[in-house]
Amino acid sequence: MTDPRIAGAGVTQFGKHPERTGRDLFAEAGLEALDASGVDAADVEALYYGNFMGELAEHQGHQGPLMAEAIGVDAPATRLETACASAGAAVREAVKTIRNGEADVLVVGGAERMTNIGTAAATDALAIAADDLYEIRAGMTFPGAYALMARAYFAEHGGSHEDLAHVAVKNHEHALVNDHAQIQKEITVEDAMEAPTIASPLGLYDSCPITDGAAAAVLVSEDYAADHDLDAPVAISGTGQGGDNLALQDRPHLARTPAADKAAEEAYTDAGIDAADVDVAEVHDCFTIAEVLAIESLGFYERGEGIHAATEGETTRHGEMPVNLSGGLKAKGHPVGATGVAQLATIAWVLDGSHPRADAVPEGRVGVAHNAGGTVASTTVHVLEVRE
Amino acid sequence: MTETDRNGEYDEWLDSIEAGEPYYIECAEGHGWLPPRRVCPDCGSRELSAEPLPEGGEIATHTTITVATPQFEDDAPYVTAIADFGPVSITGLVSGEGSEDAAIGDVVGIGVGERATTGERAVVFRPR
Repeated sequence: MTDPRIAGAGVTQFGKHPERTGRDLFAEAGLEALDASGVDAADVEALYYGNFMGELAEHQGHQGPLMAEAIGVDAPATRLETACASAGAAVREAVKTIRNGEADVLVVGGAERMTNIGTAAATDALAIAADDLYEIRAGMTFPGAYALMARAYFAEHGGSHEDLAHVAVKNHEHALVNDHAQIQKEITVEDAMEAPTIASPLGLYDSCPITDGAAAAVLVSEDYAADHDLDAPVAISGTGQGGDNLALQDRPHLARTPAADKAAEEAYTDAGIDAADVDVAEVHDCFTIAEVLAIESLGFYERGEGIHAATEGETTRHGEMPVNLSGGLKAKGHPVGATGVAQLATIAWVLDGSHPRADAVPEGRVGVAHNAGGTVASTTVHVLEVRE
Repeated sequence: MTETDRNGEYDEWLDSIEAGEPYYIECAEGHGWLPPRRVCPDCGSRELSAEPLPEGGEIATHTTITVATPQFEDDAPYVTAIADFGPVSITGLVSGEGSEDAAIGDVVGIGVGERATTGERAVVFRPR
């Protein structure tokens, strides 16, 4: 078994590009990844591609072949959809395929075009990741779903909206040097507390923006990397995926994300590590409370203690466990189908020292990417390690 | 969807609430669900039966939604809550006077109301 190496990655500027087609966004990221990898497009054996709402935003299904074509790749292409974890699922399929010896060179990626349909329609499109009959028809939106989880968390464990504000402040600060980020604006706890409410207790600064963007990475087998003398020091050494009931109402705990617990346990076991070995993490902070739930599921904090992590400065770039050095979904932006691979690229760049926030973990050897779909009914976790 | 489109067992379940005889689906092990279900996701039991829904539920969590989707534009702001009825929990709109003061632990009854924006039916909770 061979752990795939990340030979190269590419990410578009995340932001408002309403006029740009999905295929153009993905072409930019995919070609950047191929160029960075030094891999010939003719060697690519398949594309695994994440996209969530292409039918609603662009009236475009069957995006796999379209995106392979857009990056000059003549190979089978498959789109995967697990809501916001679509690209994480694409990475997982690629990891398994390379490990199985079925391929030596794969492209993984994802893209989402969202701002062209406006905030209301995008909110509506995102909501279809919830249970249409039992949640959406009861008025649930995605901010609303995470608001339900946040209030349940406060009731069970304590903590406050002010603690969540610290998550937003941290991730905005992290993004200040990330030129891929949608929002490069420093905010204060007061700004976050005073922002308009979207779904109580969550406000504008608890929520990630609506984003257009794409991300891609070239994954290769160890043999291919060696044979072609590629500079690819970062390996994907662990993969895990967990699931849960789709509807929040059917879960025994409203302030936990067991799908992420399962994904983390599987990925850590696969990589032969535990939570204490992790130096840096990119987690799925679509809403500030989601970061809290993620760092608990990843085992960095006991249940009920993650709420204080940002407030105490422990997850900032100066802290013991930097979380979301990219700015996270909160500030970097969240083009849904691209996010899982953008997280992978961030961790690879942090570990190889090329990310502008890599100085937060100069000795970092192990990173984790946590990508969640819906209200965490789907989660992938990947462990990345520096190998010589 | 047109007004004549029905979602099978889901709409039958709403009918049952309107008729004053709401139910839930229970497996042989006592796990509760809402229809349609052919198998218990918890234990795999396929011995499912319809049981009367307990009369009162307790609000487990709630949110006041101010930024709504187009389907709820005229309803906003509104309160969505998950209420624990014992064997099942249900998501619904808290309706009636004082809905904005909903709190965890409040006891509610279940009913069927009409969405202001679309006129479609929706599960509503009324304080008891």
